[in-house]
Amino acid sequence: MAHDALVVQGLDAGYGAVRVLHDVSLRVPEGQIVALLGTNGNGKSTLMQSILGLVKPTRGTVRAWLDGREVDLTGRAPEEIVDLGVVLVPEGRRLFRDLTVEENLVLGAWRAAARREISHNLRLCFETFPRLEERRRQRVGSMSGGEQQMVAIGRALMSVPRILLVDEPSVGLAPIIVKQVIETIGSLKAKLGLTVLMAEQNFTQAIRIADRGSVLVHGSIAFEGETAESLRDNHLVRQFYLGT
Amino acid sequence: MSRPLRLNVGLAAAGVALILILRLIDNDYAWYTGYVILQYVLLAVAWNILAGYSGYVNFGTAAFFAAGAYTTILLTKALNLDLLVCVLAAGLVSGALGLGMGWLTLRLRGVYFSIATLSLAVVLQTLVVNWPYAGGSSGAYTMRPQGYAVFGNYSEFLFVLMLVLALGGIAVAAGIERSRLGLGLATIRDDERAAAAAGVPTLRLKLIATAISGGMMGMAGAPLPYYASYLNPEAAFSLTHTINAMAMTLIGGTQGWVGPVIGATLLSTLQQGATVTISSAGNLLIVGGVLILFVMLAPKGILGLIRAWRGRGDTA
Repeated sequence: MAHDALVVQGLDAGYGAVRVLHDVSLRVPEGQIVALLGTNGNGKSTLMQSILGLVKPTRGTVRAWLDGREVDLTGRAPEEIVDLGVVLVPEGRRLFRDLTVEENLVLGAWRAAARREISHNLRLCFETFPRLEERRRQRVGSMSGGEQQMVAIGRALMSVPRILLVDEPSVGLAPIIVKQVIETIGSLKAKLGLTVLMAEQNFTQAIRIADRGSVLVHGSIAFEGETAESLRDNHLVRQFYLGT
Repeated sequence: MSRPLRLNVGLAAAGVALILILRLIDNDYAWYTGYVILQYVLLAVAWNILAGYSGYVNFGTAAFFAAGAYTTILLTKALNLDLLVCVLAAGLVSGALGLGMGWLTLRLRGVYFSIATLSLAVVLQTLVVNWPYAGGSSGAYTMRPQGYAVFGNYSEFLFVLMLVLALGGIAVAAGIERSRLGLGLATIRDDERAAAAAGVPTLRLKLIATAISGGMMGMAGAPLPYYASYLNPEAAFSLTHTINAMAMTLIGGTQGWVGPVIGATLLSTLQQGATVTISSAGNLLIVGGVLILFVMLAPKGILGLIRAWRGRGDTA
């Protein structure tokens, strides 16, 4: 069995007086996709941002195994965590609208490890998303939601991630585009040997590529499924997503 | 010729042309006026590196400017160093000041950063006023030489010095705009959290920008004691420098180095003209009035007007 690439242990986090996450523990085995499931307002994004250091946890630890080395991510600055190879595709994409596609992509390559391979990785991005090559000089703000999501994923790829965090890739996209985006994440994992933690409320799509999953309810992990089947059969999942 | 090279050659040519024109006029007042205008060009370009490129509004221009001027006073008094050495030292001192201030305050975002920078001038001025060696509240005098090297006229030398500094400042600003640093600063301005999430080392870039911007302001202030042969804290730390640098940049446009150059040239020429024809008291009034007009009618400055007129206007 694969060892863990990312381990969250006993995490409490929130905003000011509001505590969003309560004692969250989660592990992501190397080379697998773990789906973080839950409807709106249950703390998925807060957990993603806590892992990346954008939200400072009040308790608990986040540790990662990168290139055979254990690294404590707790309390580090976001750019430091990205520099270590843990990269986030943020919810709502958070691109720089006035910059071009190519500028947005190059911005992902700030890590020393990624800077040397900018042209190689740009090629990889354009192979994965041919659309982006056609539009490399276009302002990102003038592109469709699906294209922007491609740029957001491409920007993350430019950082040569070891662990990829994807926050709600389906938000605001047409069903057919959601399907494509999810499939792309699945194929990138296989191609690049990525470890992926993906927060998603679109259960049926997420479960197509996920190796395992955890359900977040009111800021706590309510259920951990070791396989996609166990998630499908779980009563919480049925209650929240399938309405049965 | 590549674009950066073309720009630098163009800047050098403009500089030589300016010197030749003023030589033809051959009037001491022309050198003086030119010096003041270029000083504001440099201050505005420097201010815009932090404010326009990264979105952090610095109210401490006067502090960096005065730190440069007092570096000259102290080094001249203690070691009798040449003015050119003093200018370089002033750049280092004000750059270090920028780095220190940035380190203390850049964790503050938006308006809180601006308030913190405002206090820097107050703190430094209090320090100088209570420091007899630096001249205290009554100020310090400098002995102005007759000429300098190939320049028979010291006013001409000061003008050429400020010209080189201003053109150098423009070249640095244009270089930043094209560089990774410029791209990173733009992301900080647009969405700092997203920049951090993308791996942009936000604090480091902001510190670099503050240091470069502060260093340029210090170099702008370094020749001031020789310009007036006298320096006192009120003149050096005057809020006028802060307000002028900001207003001129906002009037010109913050999108690139061209904005502050246009704004500073236009506004300080207007101020100098008014000083001769009307009174020197109305200078801030002019800047204030024009700024209000621009905020109401053209919030993106002269550059914004030009872009809108060429039909490439940004409606965002």
